[in-house]
Amino acid sequence: MARRARRERPIQGAPTARDFKGDVNPDWCPGCGDFSVLNALQNAYAKLGRGNHDHLTVSGIGCSSNLPGYVRTYGMHTLHGRALAVATGAKFANHELNVVVTGGDGDGYGIGGNHFIHTMRKNIDLLYIVMNNETYGLTVGQASPTTIVGEQTKSTPFGNLETPLNPVAMAIVSGATYVARAFSSEGKQLAELMYNGMQHKGFAFIDVISPCVTWKKEKMEIFDYWKERVQFLENHDTSDRAAALAQAVKTGHETQLGLFYHDTSRQSLNDMEPVLENGPIAHQPLGISQEQGDAIIQRMM
Amino acid sequence: MAKYDFAIAVGGAPGQGIETAGKSISQICARYGLNVFTYTAYQSLIRGGHSFLTIRISSEPIANHGDKIDLIIALDRNSVEKHLPHVAPGGALIYNTEHVREVPERDDIQLCPISYKELTNDPDRKATMLNTCMSSVALKLVGIELDVLEEIIVLALLKRKGQAVVDANIAAARASYDYAAEHFTPFDVQFEKQDTPLAFGSGNTLMAMGGAAAGVKFYAAYPMSPSTGILHWMAPNARDLGIIVRQCEDEISVVNMVIGAAHAGARAMCATSGGGFALMSEAIGSAGMMEIPIVVVNVQRGGPSTGLPTKTEQGDLWQVLGASQGDFPKIVVSPTSIMDGFNTIPEIFNLVDKFQCPGMVLTDLSLAEGHTTFVPDSINWQPEIDRGELISEPGQIDGEYLRYQITDSGISPRAIPGTPGHVHVVATDDHDEDGGLISDEFTNPHKRRDIMEKRQRKMEGIAELLPPPTLEGPEDAEVTLIGWGSTHGVISEAVQQLTEAGISTNHIHFKWLYPLDEDAVNEVLSKSAHAIIVECNYTGQFARFLRGETGFKADGHIRKYDGEPFMPHHVADGVRELLNSKTDLYVPYQEIVV
Repeated sequence: MARRARRERPIQGAPTARDFKGDVNPDWCPGCGDFSVLNALQNAYAKLGRGNHDHLTVSGIGCSSNLPGYVRTYGMHTLHGRALAVATGAKFANHELNVVVTGGDGDGYGIGGNHFIHTMRKNIDLLYIVMNNETYGLTVGQASPTTIVGEQTKSTPFGNLETPLNPVAMAIVSGATYVARAFSSEGKQLAELMYNGMQHKGFAFIDVISPCVTWKKEKMEIFDYWKERVQFLENHDTSDRAAALAQAVKTGHETQLGLFYHDTSRQSLNDMEPVLENGPIAHQPLGISQEQGDAIIQRMM
Repeated sequence: MAKYDFAIAVGGAPGQGIETAGKSISQICARYGLNVFTYTAYQSLIRGGHSFLTIRISSEPIANHGDKIDLIIALDRNSVEKHLPHVAPGGALIYNTEHVREVPERDDIQLCPISYKELTNDPDRKATMLNTCMSSVALKLVGIELDVLEEIIVLALLKRKGQAVVDANIAAARASYDYAAEHFTPFDVQFEKQDTPLAFGSGNTLMAMGGAAAGVKFYAAYPMSPSTGILHWMAPNARDLGIIVRQCEDEISVVNMVIGAAHAGARAMCATSGGGFALMSEAIGSAGMMEIPIVVVNVQRGGPSTGLPTKTEQGDLWQVLGASQGDFPKIVVSPTSIMDGFNTIPEIFNLVDKFQCPGMVLTDLSLAEGHTTFVPDSINWQPEIDRGELISEPGQIDGEYLRYQITDSGISPRAIPGTPGHVHVVATDDHDEDGGLISDEFTNPHKRRDIMEKRQRKMEGIAELLPPPTLEGPEDAEVTLIGWGSTHGVISEAVQQLTEAGISTNHIHFKWLYPLDEDAVNEVLSKSAHAIIVECNYTGQFARFLRGETGFKADGHIRKYDGEPFMPHHVADGVRELLNSKTDLYVPYQEIVV
């Protein structure tokens, strides 16, 4: 994919989504849901009103994990499944950064499943956006942890036997404090959820239905499949964890979109860290004082 | 004062207070200003089993637990049965007659039976003060004043257990001390208090302290013996020192968090043992690819697999050298003593910051869990800190910023996230100068070659900076012993023993393992005589590495892989054996079995 020449583009006045356009054009398949997710993210970054350098976009590996190259922020395109761990370290080193993690269902729910659970439990102040297309796209179409039962894929030619995991329910149970589901085609809601997720002080998680137009049998009809199913959550108390879970585990034809759970009472782990009271550790002077050292030695005598 | 070299050992079941007794005696010796080195042989059990702690005390600086045991404190019957043969002639054995009814005949040592019941007023009779009684007897035998023990009892027990327990222990200590004065013959060696008290700590503690001095701001870990001591030092000290400590769900998370923190500008470190290091491998390669400076400590234990959790080995050299796929710049260092562990951490941080690559510290249980006394002033709390070409303010670069700019040195200025005007993406995919993925341009082979050569050029700069090993001892010696990392102390002492026995011997020791400057190393190796490589593994990992890097082939090998560290005589005996036989491999026999 051709790359535009890199040039300084200081933001003039209030930032717009354009200011967050990256140097590289996305190499996603035409029609991929991820384009809308990228667009929503650029809008959410712009709405936050901060400079390009104040954001860090972290991803793992997969189609959707190519995203950091497509936004103009600091970015890390890390190993498969490890984005949340890397992002946690970065947030602790400089909690003034707005750290957003993006990736796909294989990256986050498969190989990165352990970090997914524990990052939520720890409630680090991150926004995690999963572009869930229910397939391994970049490895050309195998079953993923969210592929539905019965679906024929390259790795399940006789139909998938495994029950897909429920990311929203998992997030509510694991300790995430902001849990939402969105649909790439509902860009306005998605951008709003992203913006609110960035503002949330704690672990914010958005499972985004972002259909794959290449490896799904229905191809472009996949959007119709979802459009017919999605429904906005209504009359739901987002502060009620049990109600949120009940909504998340609901079975049936419809798929609920919106904010399932929002807990503002729990402090994020980085907010609880007393060492950060003096500002980001990345900017603190290095080493310890002679007095501190002497006190350490004293305790060894 | 006369020269002396004396060892006290404490044997018993875990939970019986071996560590407490060992720590007390060591601390008392440290306060007396005596040189101490300790080693504990133990099992991967919380209760039950058997532990054996050796405290070597010497008038000379020492860096290993020695060859002999003069005095054994046997907290249980098992210790008497197992270790009576290990007491050197002229030594002594302290035991409790309520635990041990009969002791096998040995007329060349002094038996020191005590009755716990008679020496203490312990209503619950759980023998919780037995270690106090026996330590007190031991101290009397070597001429240490009782008041130092009393100080230590107060220090160890007052906060945790209260005044009543302190009083009971002090009473027990006094009664035991008096009893020993009346019934047992003191050793010829009587320790005298020196002018300067010493500090006392383990290799893990000293490496953690080295991290604090180096400016580590982020430390992550998953508990794994024998590296956990670093976490246990960091956790309580971190807040006061401005360090963030995180315990993670696994070692993969540990190293990736460290990478994230390092990329965002903090000096970040983690430690683990072989199994955890294996899990970290892929991410270590990613630090090489993204050019992020991190330090990973591998405290080796016996392998393969879960292996010997509480035993030592130098068996991870090839794992560390070969960690992760592909070629990338890396630095491997192996501290040569507990104190060197302290200095190594700031040294390697300066190197990884300068060359923006992962640095691996390869040590093992024998150093990490070994304890030593040291002169407090020998700790340099203000080591040189060099962060290399780091950009954390706007305007440091003229014009366009390229994160992976191709330079002669291979080093590209590194801007940390949050810095205005330097926005860029780092990637684990191979990338161009500006961070864009090479695969986005249909994997341009010329760009790939350029960026690979840029990264690898850093290795030349590193190799130039790493000091080659030096030859210790006479150049015209008959035998050259070659070692690496933790065995420096034990080999040095074997050299002394051999020299005194008329076999003139010198010593080449490697601390900086990778990259090796082939010419500089060959220059040193060319001075070697009958060369014998000493290492703690089965296949001679270092011998093979050295041969691969330099073409050097040793004449003989001394290898130990039974889990216990070398004692000096193991090496000295090996040299004699190899000189007198046609074989080129000697595997010492471990006499003390725990």
